Amino acid sequence: MSLPVTGSTSPEAVAAHEGAHGDAHGEHAHPSYLTDGTTIKSWLLTVDHKRIGVMFLFFVLLFFLVGGIYALLVRIELLTPGPTIMDAMAYNRAFTLHGVVMVFLFMIPAIPAVFGNFMLPLMVGAKDVAFPRLNLLSLYIFLTGASLAIWGMLHGGADTGWTFYTPYSTQTTTTLAPILFGVFITGFSSIVTGLNFIVTVHTMRAPGITWFKLPLFVWAIYATSIIQVLATPVIGLLLLLVIGENVFNFGMFDPARGGDPVLFQHLFWFYSHPAVYIMVLPTFGVMSEIVSAFSRKNIFGYRAVAYSSIGIAFVGFFAWGHHMFVSGQSTFDGAIFSVLSMLVGVFTAIKVFNWVGTVYRGAVDFKTPFAYFCGFIYFTVFGGMTGIAVATMSLDVSWHDTYFVVAHFHFIMVGGTVMGFLAALHYWFPKMFGKTYHDGWGLVSAALIILGFNFTFIPQFLLGNSGMPRRYYEYPARFQALHVASTAGATVLALGLVIVAIYLIHSLVAGKRAAANPWNSKGYEWMTASPPPTHNFVGPQPVYPEEPHFYVDPKKAEAPDAV
Amino acid sequence: MQSSAPVVSVPEGTQAPKFAAHFATLDVQNHAARLGMWLFLSTEILLFAGLFVCYGFYRFNFPEAFAEGSRHLDLFLGTVNTIVLITSSFTAAMAVHYAKASKNKMVTLMIALTLLMALGFLVIKGFEYHHKFEQGTLPGKYYHFAGIQVPGITLYFTVYFLSTGLHAFHVIIGMGILAWVMSRSMKNHFNYANFTAVELGSMYWHLVDLVWIFLFPMLYLI
Repeated sequence: MSLPVTGSTSPEAVAAHEGAHGDAHGEHAHPSYLTDGTTIKSWLLTVDHKRIGVMFLFFVLLFFLVGGIYALLVRIELLTPGPTIMDAMAYNRAFTLHGVVMVFLFMIPAIPAVFGNFMLPLMVGAKDVAFPRLNLLSLYIFLTGASLAIWGMLHGGADTGWTFYTPYSTQTTTTLAPILFGVFITGFSSIVTGLNFIVTVHTMRAPGITWFKLPLFVWAIYATSIIQVLATPVIGLLLLLVIGENVFNFGMFDPARGGDPVLFQHLFWFYSHPAVYIMVLPTFGVMSEIVSAFSRKNIFGYRAVAYSSIGIAFVGFFAWGHHMFVSGQSTFDGAIFSVLSMLVGVFTAIKVFNWVGTVYRGAVDFKTPFAYFCGFIYFTVFGGMTGIAVATMSLDVSWHDTYFVVAHFHFIMVGGTVMGFLAALHYWFPKMFGKTYHDGWGLVSAALIILGFNFTFIPQFLLGNSGMPRRYYEYPARFQALHVASTAGATVLALGLVIVAIYLIHSLVAGKRAAANPWNSKGYEWMTASPPPTHNFVGPQPVYPEEPHFYVDPKKAEAPDAV
Repeated sequence: MQSSAPVVSVPEGTQAPKFAAHFATLDVQNHAARLGMWLFLSTEILLFAGLFVCYGFYRFNFPEAFAEGSRHLDLFLGTVNTIVLITSSFTAAMAVHYAKASKNKMVTLMIALTLLMALGFLVIKGFEYHHKFEQGTLPGKYYHFAGIQVPGITLYFTVYFLSTGLHAFHVIIGMGILAWVMSRSMKNHFNYANFTAVELGSMYWHLVDLVWIFLFPMLYLI
């Protein structure tokens, strides 16, 4: 390699030391977290943040599969204008299950609970998160809530959509209470995870890691945690109120008793709008890591990227009212919320320009994670631009509750989260499991996923713009061509994901052993062995002399080679 | 080095603080515990804030019903309960004071007094609830009191029962936490270097008190 080794404490040197150590003394000297105890009990009762992250990965992928299957069922149903494979009630239940599972059980925990848990302590040079037992508890809380919600959906099921809008949700004859209570419980898991990360970042940074030497992924997770801690209790209370409405007829949101369904919407979106940033902010963090690692350049405008994460978290709390442009709130309120919502676009644009600035004149190494970065930039810009469009009150009045909005939030939320999740999975796979995967298959599947995603949702923008409402079971025949195109795109998307599953499982079983730092990254998490030992670092604690994204300028890196 | 646990000499018979090796020092560990508790308390405040928003919204929509409803609460019992709870907050704070002074017997006494007052609070609350169940001033469709028939009155009692109910639930949780702290002080655990458990338990109790200090004027006085 042409990269100069600056001293015994540089990431390469430490990683090389760890690698040599492992080879020379065998696995027994410092077993990796994967081999340190192999009984089922040693996994189920572990307090190791890495094992907890891996267990979260397993369950999150399981829920991604369930939600994805229901997405396909919904798309197949919409192939023809009339009934295709299910009746109207089954269709309502299918899209509700798809939404609830994907939002609360996949997208919200996907990156923070899996990669945040695994990487954040490594990235701040800590041995574990601040409260390891609480961390394990958050996994079991999550599973309890998820089981309850899924049990409720299989026994009775809900037909309200994932938003549980009143007054319909208080009157529906389907069994909503267990689902609401399950979601309420998973909220605790989200709060506990966020609380743990905030305290970890405040109290456990290794000597040398100041706030402005934190990797940008840590900044993004920190901003996410603030939202998780401050927004989740509000929806927790709201879900309790809806249970009270649904089971006991308390009348809080029932117009017949003087209640107001719009109050429900305010409280619901006060959480659920910031929750969008729980889903995309971690992706922004992942992408900041990946773009500098694969452009081999220091991130452009580190502080701007760090501050804009906090900015998004802050502004995200004041944007909820754009979900209620047609609810009867005053035009003045609508205008205020319109402007506040657009501010999110300003902070996101800061990030996008910085990422593009990082790639500019970089020595791009076009590996699978970078392919997902490219897809992500496209989805974020396209989804973000349509976001500005739907934040514009006059336009949103026409697009409200149509497929245009469906396409917009799938672009930004699903496009963002899935790109970030897959990018993180491919980037950190060697670190987490010590195995490599076939990069060619990675690129092929990334191309299929990005292409399939476009073919799924661009037709939906067109559908929405020509007036097709969301969640409808039947539709006029003139919409059929676009629905068929959308379903075809979803099939390609699913195929790409199946390929990812196949080669990743294959490399877990039969993959080649990965080097400690296969991408030559400068991130702190690569300064230990792959997979890391139980207490993260062996031997003297690493010293952090450089910024986390301090990649050598490719032009200057040529020089030592020539000598 | 992170792994070197500091040696703390503590008074005889009491316990050295448990030190988890993933923290740099004991100070950092205590700081983390306190920061974690503050964050948790902020989530609790936001949980109640949702109810306060509901209260404010419906009070604005139905001022008469809310005025009428608050006049039908038992102001005397409410006031007694407020005094009981504020006093219990004082004894909880005194428990921290005595824990710092390594006086475990006084810690036990102070927490016992706190628990006694918490129980008293719940008993008084129970009498109030019982009266309302008999009278029929209940939330939503269960409301069947002939005395007040103003539009929105059921909403007042919905908010009343939800907020006092959620608060009572927190009182019970707080009693559980304090009972655990007391079981440790009875085993002579605490001293000037090891009182975080008493401090955090007491902080939680102050939150329970604080929420009531908002609920009392909201529901009983104005």
